Amino acid sequence: MTDQDILTVFTRTLRDLIGDDSIVLAMNTRRNDVDGWDSFMYVSFIVAIELELQIKFRIADVESFETVGDIVAEARSLLG
Amino acid sequence: MGQHAGQSDFRLQLQAALAETDTRARLDGLARLAQSRLGFIETIQLDRALVRSAAESIDGYARVRLAVLSSNTIDHLLPAIRVAGLRYKLRLDVFSGSFGQYRQELLDPGSPLVQFRPDLILLSLDARQATSGVPISATAEEVEEALARAIGELRELWRHAHSTLDATVIQQSYLDVSEPLFGSYDRLVPAAPSRLIARLNDLLAHAAAQENVMLLDVTQASAHDGIDAWFDVARWLQGKMEIAPHAAPRYGELIARLIGAQRGKSRKCLVLDLDNTLWGGVVGDVGTAGIILGEGSALGEAHLALQRYAKLLKDRGVILAVCSKNEHALAEAAFREHPEMVLRPLDIAAFVANWNDKVENLEEIAERLNIGLDSLVFVDDNPVERARVREALPMVAVPELPNDPALYVRCIAEAGYFEAVSFTADDLRRGDHYATNAARETLRGVSQSVDDFLRGLGMSVTYGPIEPVDLARATQLINKTNQFSTTTRRYSADEVARFVAAPEGLTLQFRLADRFGDNGLVSVMILRPADAPGVLDVDTWVMSCRVFGRQLENEAMSIAVEAARGRGIRFLRADYIPTERNGVVSGLFKGLGFAAVPGTEPGGASRWILNTAEYVAPPTFITRRAPQP
Repeated sequence: MTDQDILTVFTRTLRDLIGDDSIVLAMNTRRNDVDGWDSFMYVSFIVAIELELQIKFRIADVESFETVGDIVAEARSLLG
Repeated sequence: MGQHAGQSDFRLQLQAALAETDTRARLDGLARLAQSRLGFIETIQLDRALVRSAAESIDGYARVRLAVLSSNTIDHLLPAIRVAGLRYKLRLDVFSGSFGQYRQELLDPGSPLVQFRPDLILLSLDARQATSGVPISATAEEVEEALARAIGELRELWRHAHSTLDATVIQQSYLDVSEPLFGSYDRLVPAAPSRLIARLNDLLAHAAAQENVMLLDVTQASAHDGIDAWFDVARWLQGKMEIAPHAAPRYGELIARLIGAQRGKSRKCLVLDLDNTLWGGVVGDVGTAGIILGEGSALGEAHLALQRYAKLLKDRGVILAVCSKNEHALAEAAFREHPEMVLRPLDIAAFVANWNDKVENLEEIAERLNIGLDSLVFVDDNPVERARVREALPMVAVPELPNDPALYVRCIAEAGYFEAVSFTADDLRRGDHYATNAARETLRGVSQSVDDFLRGLGMSVTYGPIEPVDLARATQLINKTNQFSTTTRRYSADEVARFVAAPEGLTLQFRLADRFGDNGLVSVMILRPADAPGVLDVDTWVMSCRVFGRQLENEAMSIAVEAARGRGIRFLRADYIPTERNGVVSGLFKGLGFAAVPGTEPGGASRWILNTAEYVAPPTFITRRAPQP
C-alpha cells in the first residue's frame, strides 16, 4: 500500500465516522483542522483504522501523533 | 481489501432506507439493515441514521428509556446498543451517565439522570473498585466480608433506583480482565484476582435474584468468546474503556436481547426439520434403521447433540415442533423406534410431516399451538427451504445453519432466541401441558358438542391475589402474552409487586386445572383505582393461549366483580387497546356485559364500563376451588 492508498482509507474512514463527506485529509492535516474530530472521535478513528488495516498501534505512538502524515507513516511501517 | 465493497454496498442500502419518506418504512428499512453483521463503522453510521431519522413514536416499535451508568467509559458502546435494539423492535433512548458518577447521579434528586426518567437503569461497573484493598493474604472469611460489603452497597443503589426512580435495574456482571497470578493455583487462593471476581459474580447473581434485578452476564459471554473479544488493554489505558469498541456489537446485542426478553419478545417454539437436521440421511430412503444418529459416528453424534439441546430447551419450557417433508407415519416411527433418539413423540407439541409447502405447515403449527408466527424459530438444513420461509414469513426466525451439523447447536444457542429473565414452575410444566393436550383433543373429538366437551373436562379454577410466590410467573405472563391481552401494558416484577401492595387496587391470578392436568397460573388481572371514587380500572388482563375457549374469561370476570362488590366498588372500567395480535379480545368486554363509552374511534382504543350491581354472572362449566388464603 502506498502512502496515498493509506490516506484514502483514512479519509473514507473519518468521513464515515463523522458523517461528513466533505472531509479531505492531507499529510499535514491536524485534528484541530477537522470539525468534529475531538478526542473521542480520535480514539474511534484509531480503532477503525486498526480494524480496517489489521494493525495495532503502540499506545505511545497514538499519544504522540501530530499530523495525519505521522499516522500514515506509522501505519505503513506496521503494514511492512 | 474485501471490506471495501461491503462498506460501499452498505452505504447504498443505508441511503435507500433513508430515502423512504414514511417514518415506519424508514425504520423497517433500518431494522432490516440492523439484522446483518455490522462492523464498527457501519454500526456508527446506522446509529446516526436512526437517531436522525425518526423522532416520532411508531406503532410496533416500543420506546424504552435506558440509562447506562458506569464506572468507566461507555460512550463508544451506545451506538451498538441502539442499533441492536432496532433488531428487537425497540427504540432505545439511551442516556449515558458521566464517567464514574453513577452514585451521585442516582442519589441526587436533581440530576440529569432523574430528569431523564429511565425505564431501565443498566449498571455497568468494573471489578477494580469492588475488589480493591483486599490483600493477597486475605483469608476466605476476610474476602467474603469485603465482597459482601461491595454487594451491600450495590443493593442500596438498586433499592434506590427501584423506589425513587421507579426504574428496573439491569446489573452487569464483572468482567474478569485479570491476569493469572499463581497460575492454576489461583483457584485455591481466596484473594487471587480471578478468584475474587468469580466469587463476586456469584454473590452478585444471588443478590440480583433476591432484589428482582436483571443480570447482564458479560462474564459468561467473554468466557465463551475469549477475553480478547471483549477487552483491549490499549483501550483501557487510552480511554478507560473496559469493554473494547470492537465488542460493542456483541455487547449491544446482549443488552437488547435481555430487554427484549423482559418485554416478551423472546421466541417460544423451536420448529425442527428432520432429515439431515435432527438425524443424518433421508428416512424415506433408508428407513428408521438406516438414519445416521448416535454413538459410533461423529456425524451421528452431532445430530444427537442437536436433539439433546432441543430436549434441554424443552425441559426449560420451550415448545418443540416438527416440520418435515416426509410420510407422517414413517417420520413418527423413527421417533418411536430408533434406539438412539433422544426426542420422543411426547416431546413434540406439534408434529407436522407431509408434502405441503413448509410455509403452510409453519402457519398450521402456529395455529395449532395458538402462538404467533413471530414466536417460531425454524431450523432446517436446506437453504432453499430457509430462503422460502424467510421470504414468505419474515417474522419467523430462520438461523442460517452452517453446512456442518457439528455447528448446529452453537448456531442456535448463540442467536439467543430463547433468552429468559425468569424460570418458573410453569416453564417446567409446559411440556406436560402439551403432552396432555393430546388427551384433551381426543375428548373434544368424541364430544357431541362444545358444552359436552367443556363439561367432560371437569375444570376447576383456583384464584386469589398475586402472592410473592406467583410474582415471577405473573410478570412473565403479563410480558409474554400478546393475544388475550386487553391493553398489552408490560410491567416489571417490581411494578407488579407495587400493584399488589397498593391497598386501593386489586390483583387476581387464576389457575385452571382439569381432569387431564393442571394448566398452572394462566390468567392475571390488575385492577387499579380510577380517578373517580367507587371505580376500578381493569388496567391489565392477560390469559395464556393454552386455555382459550374454556370459559375462564367468564368465571374470572365473575370472580373479579364479586371481589369488587365486596369492596363497595360500583363500576369497573376497562380499556381495549388494539394491537396487531390481540383481536381475540376485541369483543371481550361487550360479551361480558360492559357498555361502550361513547367517543371511540373505529380501530382505535375503546373504553368500556360495567355497573357491578347489574352484572349477571354467566354460567360456566368451571367449579371454584376455595380461594387461596
